[in-house]
Amino acid sequence: MSDPKMITFTQAYTQALDEAMAADPTVVLLGEDIGDKEGGGVFKVTAGLTQKYGAERVRTTPISEQAIIGAAIGASLAGMRPVAEIMFMNFITVAMDQVVNHAAKLRFMSGGQTPVPITIRTRTGAGTGNGGQHSDMLEAWFAHVPGMKVVIPSSPADAVGLLRACIEDDDPCLFIEDGVTRIVKGEAPPANHKIPLGKAHVEREGSDVTVISYGRPMQDIRKIAAALAEEGISVEVIDLRTISPLDTDTIVNSVKKTGRAVVAHEAVRSFGVGAEVVARIQEFAFDSLKSPVLRVASKDATVPFARTLELEFLYKGSDIEAAIRKTLEEK
Amino acid sequence: MTSPKAYSPEVLLNIYRTALKIRSVDSGVRGLIRSGNLMLAMHPPTGQEIIAACMGECLEQTDYLVTIYRGLHDQIAKGMPVKKIVAEYHGRVTGACKGKGGPMHITHRESGVMVTTGVVGSGMPIATGLGWASQLKGDNRVTVTCFGDGATNIGAFHEAMNLAAVWKLPVVFLCQNNQYAECTTYEDATASKTIAERALAYGENMVGVSVDGNDPESMFNAMRKAVDRARAGKGPTLLEAKTFRLSGHYFGDPSPYIPKEQMAEAFANDPIVKVREQVINSGIATADELDAIVTQFEKEFEEAVEFAKNSPFPELSEVTTDMYGVA
Repeated sequence: MSDPKMITFTQAYTQALDEAMAADPTVVLLGEDIGDKEGGGVFKVTAGLTQKYGAERVRTTPISEQAIIGAAIGASLAGMRPVAEIMFMNFITVAMDQVVNHAAKLRFMSGGQTPVPITIRTRTGAGTGNGGQHSDMLEAWFAHVPGMKVVIPSSPADAVGLLRACIEDDDPCLFIEDGVTRIVKGEAPPANHKIPLGKAHVEREGSDVTVISYGRPMQDIRKIAAALAEEGISVEVIDLRTISPLDTDTIVNSVKKTGRAVVAHEAVRSFGVGAEVVARIQEFAFDSLKSPVLRVASKDATVPFARTLELEFLYKGSDIEAAIRKTLEEK
Repeated sequence: MTSPKAYSPEVLLNIYRTALKIRSVDSGVRGLIRSGNLMLAMHPPTGQEIIAACMGECLEQTDYLVTIYRGLHDQIAKGMPVKKIVAEYHGRVTGACKGKGGPMHITHRESGVMVTTGVVGSGMPIATGLGWASQLKGDNRVTVTCFGDGATNIGAFHEAMNLAAVWKLPVVFLCQNNQYAECTTYEDATASKTIAERALAYGENMVGVSVDGNDPESMFNAMRKAVDRARAGKGPTLLEAKTFRLSGHYFGDPSPYIPKEQMAEAFANDPIVKVREQVINSGIATADELDAIVTQFEKEFEEAVEFAKNSPFPELSEVTTDMYGVA
C-alpha cells in the first residue's frame, strides 16, 4: 500500500473551496485580497481559484468588514452561497452588527422566510507574535448568539469535510482556521469529503477520563492520550468539531461512562466554551461524576507580544496532562 | 417592466393613492396605540409618504427593498398587503413574519421586502449584496435601500456606498432626509450641506441627486432616473429626498427638540394636503373621488385590524423554530 497523500490545513481549506465552487455555481467568495491578482489572499487559501472560476466568483473587496459580511448576507438572501473571508478573527468585531443582528437573526425574525446561508472563514490563534489584536479565539462570542453555527477543525481532513458542510448548510456558519498549525500536515481526505455539523467526534475511546476539546489543543491531546495509554490510563478523546450547536449527547454519554472529564481550549478561561461544556456535564451527568470537571485554557489576559509572555499566556499540553492526572487522584 | 416610464396625471394619482393608503395605516396604528389597544414601538413615517409612493411607482414587484424601522410607508409602497403588516403589529401568526419580527423587522419576500432593520445604517451593506447577486445572475432586478439622514453618519454607509460604486451595483440608496437624526437636528449631526454631495466621494460610478421628496413630480422623475440607471447596469445613485418628519422619533416622543413654529409650518405643508390640491387641479380626480379613496382605505384598515384580532398568536413552540434550518 502506498503512503497516503498528506496535505496541510491551508491546502485543505483550498480543496474545500475548490470542490464547493465546482459543485455549485452559487458558491461565491469575497474578502480582502483574495483574488489571484492580489496574491490569492494573505494566507493563500484562495490562491488559484480566480484562474479557475473567474474574478466574478472570487471577488476581492475593499477593506470593509461590514460591507463584506453585509454583502454576503444580501447575496445569500437572493439565492447565492457566499463564503466571506475575514483575514483575522479580531477584525470580525468591526462587523459584529451584521453577524449578530442580521446573519444570525434574519431567518427567525422573518418567520423563516429569509435563511442566511453564508460561511465566514476566519483565521486566528496565539503563538506567532501577532500580539493582542490578531490572535484572539472569540468562538464563544458567536456561540452565544442563537442562529449562528461555529465550527473549528482539528485536522486537514476534518477541515475539508467541515468547510464543505458549512458552505452547504442553510445557516450562517463561522469557520475558524488556526494560524499556528496552518502548515501542519495530515492525511488528505477523499474527494467530496463532508462531515455533518453539530456532531462531535469520539476520536479515541477510553474508560478512565473524557477529554473534550477542539481545534489546536487536539494535537496536544492526541499525543498525551497515546502516552498515558502506555501507563495504563485510558483516555476518551472527544473533538467537538462544531462548537455550536453543541453535541450534548456525545459529551454526556462519554462522561457517564468514564465519570471524569477535562475540557481544554485555547481561548481564555473565563465565560468560554469550557464553562458551557462543564455546565452541561453537571446538568446531565452529575451522578456519574467521580471527580470535579476541570478546565484547561489560556490565561485571562490580552495576548502579549514577547515570545516568553505569549507562551506563558497560552494553555500548555502539560496543563492538559496534569488536569487528566488530577481527575484520577484518589479522594 | 410594468412601472410607468413618464410622469403624468395618472402617475400622480397613483402616487397620491399610495400616499393616502400609507397615511390611513399610519394614522390608524397611532390611533390604536393612543387608545391603548396596541402596544408597540412605532416610528411613524408621517410626512414622508410621497417619497415611498414614488419609489413604489418606479419599481417592479420583483425588485428588492431593504428598509428600516421607520419603514411602514416603504413596505406599503412596495406592495405589501396591509393585513400582513397589521397582523404582524399585533404579533399574530397571520402576520408577515408569523408575529416573530414585529414592526421593526418586517420581511415579505413575495413583495420583495427583503429586510427591515432596526439598526440605523445596517441595511445598506445588505442591499449591496442583493445587488451583487442580481449582477452575478443577470436577473435585471434593482435593489432600493431606504434610510434617514442620520444613517449617513454611520460607517456602514461609507462601506456600502464605496462597494456599490467600485462594483457598479444596481442599487439605489434612497436617503429620506427628514431633518432629524432621531432627536438631533441635521445641522448638529451632519457636516455636509446636503447628503447628495457625499456621493462625490465615490467617483463617477455613483451619482448624487437631491430633490424635494414631497413633490411628486420631482421625486418621481429622480427615482425613475435612478432606477433606470441601476437597471441598465450604469451604477448606483445616492438619491436624497428632502422631507420633514411630522412626528417625533417614535410615537409618544414629545419632541421638545423640534421648535413649535417649525412643526406648525411643516403641518401647514403636509404633503397629503398639498398634493391633494395638485391632484384635483390636474383634473384626474375630484375631491369627492379622493374622499371615497380615503374612506375605502380606512375601511380596509379596520378590516385588517379585525383580521389581526381574530388571528391566533403563534404557537409557543415557535419560540425556538426558525432558529436553524432543518439539518
